[in-house]
Amino acid sequence: MIISQLPVLQVILPLAAAPLCAILHHRILAWALTLLVSLISLCFSYMLLNQVLIEDTITYAMGGWVAPWGIEYYIDKLTAYMLLIVNGITVLVLLGAREIVESDIASDRIYLFYTAFLLNLTGLLGVITTGDAFNLFVFIEIASLSSYAMISLGRDKRSLYAAFKYLIFGTVGASFILISVGLLYVVTGTLNIADLSQQLTNTENTPTITTAFVFFIIGIGIKAAIFPLHLWLPDAYTYSPSIVSTFLAGTTTKVFIYVLIRFIYSLYGYEFSFFTESFHYLLMLSASGAILYGSYLAIKQDSLKRILAYSSIAQIGYMVLGIALITELGLMASLVHILNHAFIKVGLFLAVTAIIYSYNTDSIEKLAGIAKTSPFIFALFIISGLSLIGAPLTSGFISKWYLIKASLEADYWIFVSIIVISSVMAIIYIGRIIETAYFKPSVKQTATLDLDKKRPYLLFLSLVVISFINIYFGIETSLNVDMASQIANELINK
Amino acid sequence: MDILSSFNYWVVIILMMIGFYIIIANNNLVKKIIGINIFQTSIFIMFISMGKVVDGTAPILNDLNTLYSSPLPHVLILTAIVVGISTTALGLAIIIRIHTAFGTIEDDKIQQEIK
Repeated sequence: MIISQLPVLQVILPLAAAPLCAILHHRILAWALTLLVSLISLCFSYMLLNQVLIEDTITYAMGGWVAPWGIEYYIDKLTAYMLLIVNGITVLVLLGAREIVESDIASDRIYLFYTAFLLNLTGLLGVITTGDAFNLFVFIEIASLSSYAMISLGRDKRSLYAAFKYLIFGTVGASFILISVGLLYVVTGTLNIADLSQQLTNTENTPTITTAFVFFIIGIGIKAAIFPLHLWLPDAYTYSPSIVSTFLAGTTTKVFIYVLIRFIYSLYGYEFSFFTESFHYLLMLSASGAILYGSYLAIKQDSLKRILAYSSIAQIGYMVLGIALITELGLMASLVHILNHAFIKVGLFLAVTAIIYSYNTDSIEKLAGIAKTSPFIFALFIISGLSLIGAPLTSGFISKWYLIKASLEADYWIFVSIIVISSVMAIIYIGRIIETAYFKPSVKQTATLDLDKKRPYLLFLSLVVISFINIYFGIETSLNVDMASQIANELINK
Repeated sequence: MDILSSFNYWVVIILMMIGFYIIIANNNLVKKIIGINIFQTSIFIMFISMGKVVDGTAPILNDLNTLYSSPLPHVLILTAIVVGISTTALGLAIIIRIHTAFGTIEDDKIQQEIK
């Protein structure tokens, strides 16, 4: 019985818990409720994955109205894969969140933070599950609006300006998506994504369809921070509360990359997307720009979170590159990297969160020699850092391996060199942090351990789990790589 | 197709560009939000215009009419208006807090202070 309701439960559960969280009005209860909801949601998404592996696709007609008239929730392997990533990240982030949130956010606003968090989760899960183009827009806005609110909760007053900037960018992006949905509706008279794709293959290509495509790509490009539409991202990640940056870095951009893949492969079909418009050259250019420019700026930053923010822009470039290669292997590499990078970046951000929490500083210069006082955090930071660089036996190596393989297969030697150069740059910016913390002697301005604060043991636990995942996916790849190659195969050969 | 037959769409394009220009060029944060509102309104008009069928009436089932305009865009736009209002409300709330924190809502002055 419950199996048939699973798709909608993914969305309903956090949505129903959000007002409950506001009513509870208690900081610890709100945290416990949010964690409980995300755990249940994770179990549901695991059940969905198992179900999808048997049945291939699950559809759920909202309110009993059958598609294409009603809103349909559509689950295939790609959906289940993304649901599992987002729910997994959410559980790991929330597990360690309690102490950090209490120190980062004013105590009378904490329950509201968890309400916004649940709404954001609703939006993200909704974006993944929905099979309706307009519903997609609504969920994108639910996710975005709650993330503006969460970013503005930072103690640093610059977080307000960062949130506002993100709001302007994000709203323009969402409006572009709305225009695109409208134009598609004009041409086809339907909003259901599966139906849309069928109608589009039957109609002749008109300027309206191309315009809708361009609007959508730009809109989703802003939301996913695809270079050069990434300008909101560094400030939003740097000044927001640490837990928020961790969560956004692990989920939001990945979900929007998922929307991009869904749109290119499931809705328009990749023949249209790539071959009629030479669109993939544009994506390649954007990806190379993101990889080089993001890595270069990451080297130049002084703030830990800013380094990771610029590195995120570069890593989004990798995912876009995989899509732009228009091969099955490229798409697979992209999907593998979505999973691996989600865990790598969350690992790094959680380690940085622990550092900021314990030392009250975000600046590299003040970290000289502190690895001696917190060896544990830095050891875990190194594991995720190596994974980001792409050292063998870590998950980052697997993604880069498949990306390079895909570039070679598609005869683009240039991307191999770009990937290698950016890996060297990653060694520089991650190495700089490690060198300062381990090898520089502590000086007068070195930060000291804040002994007044409780030790965030649960945060350490989730850090350990993430480091384990980062190594596990570097050694035993059958889980994610097999899944990703199946998904890529289905998307390309549909 | 002459200009007058697609009059609505010209209005949409002009409004959209005005809104977009305000978002980019104006220095005042509240005016940026107004720009966003104009921008979104133009999209709403576009949707509503799309739903109109020439000589069609409201979709009420009776014996007199057989030709109806499409009601779906209206429903979509009702939702989009709600989203737009939430965005405006959140934007204005953030502006109030920016004003308390920085003492100004001029973009260039805030950027100076951040640097």
